[in-house]
Amino acid sequence: MKALYFAWVREKTGCSVEDVTLPKGVGTVAELIEWQMGRGGGYAEAFGDAKSIRVAVNQTHVGTAHPVADGDEVAFFPPVTGGTP
Amino acid sequence: MIRVQLEDFDVGTELAKLSDGNLGVGGVCSFVGLVRDMTKDGKIGAMTLEHYPGMTEKALADIDAEAHSRWPLQASLIIHRYGRLEPGDRIVLVAAASAHREAAFEACHFLIDYLKTRAPFWKLEQTGTGGKWVDARDDDDAAARRWHSVNKAAE
Repeated sequence: MKALYFAWVREKTGCSVEDVTLPKGVGTVAELIEWQMGRGGGYAEAFGDAKSIRVAVNQTHVGTAHPVADGDEVAFFPPVTGGTP
Repeated sequence: MIRVQLEDFDVGTELAKLSDGNLGVGGVCSFVGLVRDMTKDGKIGAMTLEHYPGMTEKALADIDAEAHSRWPLQASLIIHRYGRLEPGDRIVLVAAASAHREAAFEACHFLIDYLKTRAPFWKLEQTGTGGKWVDARDDDDAAARRWHSVNKAAE
């Protein structure tokens, strides 16, 4: 799958896009976040506060129970802040 | 129609185009969002809007389609900028055109409220002490929530 990172998630992981081979046993967004945390370093920092991470699969907002599969585009980012005050 | 762009836009030109040639339009309601020079943490010199190319367009198109499903609109427009912006710069324009004013007012308000909680944009504010990512606001979620059932088709 393709993983994308935006805003402070991108800054902490030090990566904006990468190819990720889904590890065995990772089939949902929640499991993917847990795996990201286990990668250590900037990933542990970025995903340490899982409640602050939002996820889109194939460019649609999803919840943590949503499935992920090889071939998906999965984006990780903070809550969105578009528009104006 | 939706547009995501680096460059500024001219509000008058855009609004004129929205109703041009459509004599069924009785009113156009618009909202323009601007960059302020102050935030709760102090003065800002500039901000950078990051977005998710591809998903941004998809999210805005979905919000636009939702507005058309709820109100009898003749036309609508969302223009959202990204990149570096300074205080006073225009960030966003939303507009809704309809035969009667009520649909235009409500749809315009809906578009900006939904955009804030659905479109993948993130703001990095530059202050004297460096950059700071702007947190999402709970009252934005509340503003979007109050539209959840307004004019929505029964499910």
